[in-house]
Amino acid sequence: MGDSSEAISNIERKRILELLSEGKRLDGRGVKDYRQIRVERDVVEKAAGSALVSVGETKVIVGVKVEVGEPYPDRPESGALTVNAELTPLASPSFEPGPPDEYSVELARVVDRGLRESKAIDLEKLCLIPGKKVLVVFVDIYVLDQCGNLFDASLLASVSALMSSRVTEYVVGKGGEVEAKSKYVPLPFRSYPVSVTMVRIGGDFVVDPSLDEEMVADARITVTTDKDGNVCALQKGGAGVFSVDEVLEAIDVAIEKSEELRRDILGV
Amino acid sequence: MVGKVRKKLVGKGGGRVDGRKPNDLRSIKIEIGLLQRADGSAYIEQGKNKILAAVYGPREVYPRHASLHNKALVRCYYRMASFSTEERKSPAPSRREVEISQVIKDALEPVIFSEFYPRSMIDIFVEVLQADGGTRCAGITAASLALANAGVPMRDLVASCAAGKVDGQLVLDPNDVEDKEGEADLPVAFAPQMGVVTLLQMDGLLSKDEFDQAFKLAVDGCKRINTLQKEALRGKYLVVGAAGEPGQGEKGG
Amino acid sequence: MVLLFVESRQWVIPGDLLAKGEYAAGENVYKDGEGFYASKVGLVDFENRVIQVIAVHGCYLPSVNDLVVGKVLKVGLSEWVVDINSPYKGILFVSGASGRPFDSRRDELRDILDVGDVIIAKVLEFDRTLDPRLTIKGRGLGKAESGYVVKMTPTKIPRLIGKKGSMIELVKNRTGCQITVGQNGYILVIGKKVEDEVLAVEVIRMIERDAHTSGLTNRVGEFIGKRK
Repeated sequence: MGDSSEAISNIERKRILELLSEGKRLDGRGVKDYRQIRVERDVVEKAAGSALVSVGETKVIVGVKVEVGEPYPDRPESGALTVNAELTPLASPSFEPGPPDEYSVELARVVDRGLRESKAIDLEKLCLIPGKKVLVVFVDIYVLDQCGNLFDASLLASVSALMSSRVTEYVVGKGGEVEAKSKYVPLPFRSYPVSVTMVRIGGDFVVDPSLDEEMVADARITVTTDKDGNVCALQKGGAGVFSVDEVLEAIDVAIEKSEELRRDILGV
Repeated sequence: MVGKVRKKLVGKGGGRVDGRKPNDLRSIKIEIGLLQRADGSAYIEQGKNKILAAVYGPREVYPRHASLHNKALVRCYYRMASFSTEERKSPAPSRREVEISQVIKDALEPVIFSEFYPRSMIDIFVEVLQADGGTRCAGITAASLALANAGVPMRDLVASCAAGKVDGQLVLDPNDVEDKEGEADLPVAFAPQMGVVTLLQMDGLLSKDEFDQAFKLAVDGCKRINTLQKEALRGKYLVVGAAGEPGQGEKGG
Repeated sequence: MVLLFVESRQWVIPGDLLAKGEYAAGENVYKDGEGFYASKVGLVDFENRVIQVIAVHGCYLPSVNDLVVGKVLKVGLSEWVVDINSPYKGILFVSGASGRPFDSRRDELRDILDVGDVIIAKVLEFDRTLDPRLTIKGRGLGKAESGYVVKMTPTKIPRLIGKKGSMIELVKNRTGCQITVGQNGYILVIGKKVEDEVLAVEVIRMIERDAHTSGLTNRVGEFIGKRK
């Protein structure tokens, strides 16, 4: 990743910094403003649930599949959740086809932590036969257009896809066998995690970085909160550093913005 | 399978499982230039198929040693999203996807003027978001439009369509059930201006006469799909104003 | 014998038959047998029996003497590698950058140009077996000290420039910006105020979007008038 021909020039970097010193951004947004966000649910009928999210021009599609499987050995009475992310080569000139690299793995794991630590899905309700059969929820993130801030778009799409999921209802029959009923039920939710990603450019913070802003940023922080405003996951990225105060400020901004996103985009 | 009788897929009047007649295409919707980063892109819905194609290039060759001195290197990757099928599919490429990548490349390369860009690379990426039979054909149809959207010089567009034999009846554009349970499947890609076939595959069993008919049916399907491709391109780039005059210009990049 | 199958300024797509007979194939048109066909989506145009298609999209193929705007990607031992929005990277040798003799023991290439610098250059040499050679020696050429770089599809650059430069002069005068239009689709915009630059960039994007329409010059004038 990081195709050289996509690097930003020095004079553009200068422009971005100059604008920021006046609290302005290239696209006219305020430093805490998100780009326009659109969510389309149920775009893939064959999936249990799905959502296509665009944040500005960034586009991510998530599909959810649920299968009967075995529980993790250390969690015999809990359903399983697996998150995978693909930075498809359609999304950027610098994404090469191939197995997940460190960027796709980081993206998957940050979304995973957001879902898991907030207990978004009540995994205990997905146990069928303790120690033997549970429901396994697969969340597959496919990035289609990388125009900045894949983290927030991916988590929004994942939660939206999970919210739109309709899963076969399974019951354990008299003979101890798992039976599929012909009914579809939603997944059991306990929280709705939202992540807010900010980058530091010079001495300033901007929320929901565009592609240009990501390219000139020194460092990045993604703060994920649950529906009660608790911090459930954090990720710092990039080679730069944050001061302690900057981190605390970032968390305040994240709590404020995630409430808006939860209300306006997820509708919860 | 004990005691399981397959439901008839084609009724007496030629009515198919999804209500189509033998010569009906599935309904098709096309959108062009919807991706921001890609040089060219196109999205197609054909029945339940939902497929996105993107083109990057001509661009610098990577890795450098793969460079061809007299023409552009054309690469193609066809992948199915893990949620695109009934059963979840592992994200890792299967042998089928590797084969289809090759077959799509061979279907499109003949029309590309790759000799205009030696020592460069043209990448075609096809991502299947939902699959319901005939994805390689719909993928080629979309990829051809993505190439046109990217401004890659071509001799012709390529349109692709399959024919099949289901319950003894020859049908056009088989869906997933018809493809899996039918007696034959024949995907074809056709460059209508050049009048040449660029993709031809078959699996199943067809008599010589059946093959003749099925092949012609598929080629005819390609021509009809080509008309839709042209309409989609015109719709993208031309907004007709009053009295049919070229009007307000492009709807978007 | 001459047969036309399309009208001038008609939209065509790859594979469309344009004409048969005594014509010459211009840009984005190929000949097969007797017929002339379009190889790209665009507007067909005839001029003195040369048929060409003004393409909507296309990558930049360098041409000798083209003015280009580029971004330095790499600093080599005696040359810089420059992104000129083309499948072929531009090569700028020291001889094309500095009049003074260069001593690799004493002088540092990075002192002249570093990674990320934007340059205004001319294409000295290009054929498809070698990467294009650039020079920044000459009037109006050199390193850009400030400004913003807009990217536009190279096929629409002529529209941005306009007949005898009429369109670009209009944009420059009315926005008060210095604008260097690279044939390669990179455009350098330098304004006294950032708002002027932002306006110029919006105007350029508008011209790109509506390149094939008539009355564009007036609409550009009106658009700027409303904003300034």
